[in-house]
Amino acid sequence: MKRHITLLITIILMLSLALAACSGGGGKTGDGSSGDGTTLEFWTFNELHEQFYRHMAERWNEQNPDRKITLKANVYPYDDMHNKLLVALQSGTGAPDLADVELNKFPNFLKGTPQLVALNDIVEPELDNLVKSRLDIYAKDGNYYGIDFHVGASVIYYNKELLDQAGVNPDNIKTWDDFAVAGKKVLEATGKPMTTVELNDMWSIWPQVAQAPGGDDLQTADGKPNLTSDVVVKPLAFQQDLLKQGIAVPAPGGGHHAEEYYGFMNDGGAASVWMPMWYMGRFTDYMPDLKGKIVIKPMPAWNTGEPRSAGMGGTGTVITTTSKNQDLAKAFLAYAKLSREGNIEIWKFLGFDPLRSDVWDSPELREPNKFTDYFGEDIFDVLLEVKDEIEGVVVNEQTPPISDVFRTSVLVRILQDGEDPVKVLEETQAQLQ
Amino acid sequence: MTHPVPSTERQTAVRYSPLRRLAYSKTAAPWLFVLPFILSFALFFAYPVLSAVNMSFQEVLPGQVRYIGLENYRDLWNPTFRKALMNSTEYTVFTLLVLIPLPLVLAVFLNSKLMVLRNFFRSTLFIPALTSVVVAGTVFRLAFGELEGSLMNTFVTALGFEPQKWLRHEGLAMFTLIVLATWRWMGINILYFLAGLQNIPRELYESAEIDGATAWDRFIRITLPLLKPITIYVLTISIYGGYAMFTESYMLWAGNRSPNDIGLTIVGYLYRNGLEQNNLGLGSAVGIALLIITFTVTMIQLKLTGMFRRED
Repeated sequence: MKRHITLLITIILMLSLALAACSGGGGKTGDGSSGDGTTLEFWTFNELHEQFYRHMAERWNEQNPDRKITLKANVYPYDDMHNKLLVALQSGTGAPDLADVELNKFPNFLKGTPQLVALNDIVEPELDNLVKSRLDIYAKDGNYYGIDFHVGASVIYYNKELLDQAGVNPDNIKTWDDFAVAGKKVLEATGKPMTTVELNDMWSIWPQVAQAPGGDDLQTADGKPNLTSDVVVKPLAFQQDLLKQGIAVPAPGGGHHAEEYYGFMNDGGAASVWMPMWYMGRFTDYMPDLKGKIVIKPMPAWNTGEPRSAGMGGTGTVITTTSKNQDLAKAFLAYAKLSREGNIEIWKFLGFDPLRSDVWDSPELREPNKFTDYFGEDIFDVLLEVKDEIEGVVVNEQTPPISDVFRTSVLVRILQDGEDPVKVLEETQAQLQ
Repeated sequence: MTHPVPSTERQTAVRYSPLRRLAYSKTAAPWLFVLPFILSFALFFAYPVLSAVNMSFQEVLPGQVRYIGLENYRDLWNPTFRKALMNSTEYTVFTLLVLIPLPLVLAVFLNSKLMVLRNFFRSTLFIPALTSVVVAGTVFRLAFGELEGSLMNTFVTALGFEPQKWLRHEGLAMFTLIVLATWRWMGINILYFLAGLQNIPRELYESAEIDGATAWDRFIRITLPLLKPITIYVLTISIYGGYAMFTESYMLWAGNRSPNDIGLTIVGYLYRNGLEQNNLGLGSAVGIALLIITFTVTMIQLKLTGMFRRED
């Protein structure tokens, strides 16, 4: 008997050793280009971002044969990457040269003395051509620490096939009230919900809150929690009402980035979704069956004549102070994200609305690419149409705790459990203070 | 054999090399032999714990660290922490209720000569313990998915129930966590109990049988009392394991965000504050609180089970 146990334990030990050996070296690594350039390490949480930078590294190497770079890009899961980066910067070792930091997490990196390189010398010469509000969200004490990919204008994506079945013309949906009425028609004609709302992320609620006129959203313009104001209560009550009527359903999997949702939407599960412009890439890559069926329109307004969009989300690429090649990293970052060429590539490659407003009407943005193939040729007209209606957001150190409480509690209690929005928001506001 | 006595005196007079003298010295040698343990303990356990105690009184920001007294501990007593504490306690209690009796009974079966396919069951019950929690958690997340086609929903609809949103409701979420824990830790606990059972002398059972004791009597009067030391050990590590649970919850909800915090554990709360919100001071305070809680609970448990009584 004893021999059996000994044998069993031996096998276990061997197996666990084998497993441990397999588990090393997580994450996906890819070299931007072959060759002998300076190695720059880059961390991101988004595979599309990684592909973009690898593409830009190849172009950079063609144009700068004397300053070649080898981009070592790693894609990690969202939370893992931010936590790893925080710990690496706090401890002062192990951080990459360049990293993507998502807007919700960015304030964590600005606490104390930021361990990031100020990018003023590459940003300031181009400031007149850039959408400045998109740089301010990554700034502290007059220093710019991150450069975004996009403006992130939120729009609404309609499934034209379903709208046609219900006889709804998307151009006639001007306000959220129109949207609810049209939604009812769609539900009656097709048996399918008009839209989905997120229960575990901010993309359904934040654009609706931020598009309200004025500088207040989840926080007031001067940075105080603003949850009990009408700006926040009204959209949540609106969404709750849509859910009660069946016009909206909770997004399968909890949010618009869940595998369950992609499958559901790809099968024509709902007639619309409001998300920022950058969501186009998720359609082309994860919902291929909707090709040619999706039309992009400005979001409905709360009242006629009020703003129809808000700059949403974002990812700032940062350079760490521990990088040994800060100047090269800066030059590459400026090339990839601030140059005219880089901004045109951002559009062509990622389908993002680029940061430089002076390229928006350039002919390159009219050329066919995988996005025009999917959505049609007039994508950019929507952006130009809402150009002056893109509301900004307040982002500061309070943003991570606020979005955390929304993602774990507020949205669940109001939209899933059907609790009274005013009561929930009052309690949450009190807890935050 | 030659008589060694006369030569011994001469040998002690010989001078050994310093290393050998150290190895033979009655005061230094024991220290030398435990040195690897002391070093690794100091480096990987004592230092982090002391440093966490220190950090729990600080505000830790990149490049700016200052002492703020008890403020972290004052911030700690909030509804979210209480929720995490409740969840962890509930989880610990349920895992104890399942993971002590069930493996004990199974181990008795697996130890019995009458059991068919003993070795087959021994290995199959143990295999889950070899899987990575990350992989197992992901598989469980999909199996307990909210879509109608998920594994668990296929089961319950076949039994005539409505499909459930397993990971979105409090009771069901805790159930899922317990199922995952049971699946994963059952084999380990069976192994402990099996080892304990092998140490019970066969003669006790034989003489009990001669005295006319039934199988049930033998289980209650011989097996259970003699397994007590093992049971106490399993209880102790289970209490610690229950309170320290994090990865299972993290993987089931693909991140640390469960709806209404139904899956938030104390370590999850530590992770959220310390890492996700970059507040390592508060995170350390949560860690120290966890240490105090598990220490207290374990001490009470050991006291009640009589571990501190002198053995007769």
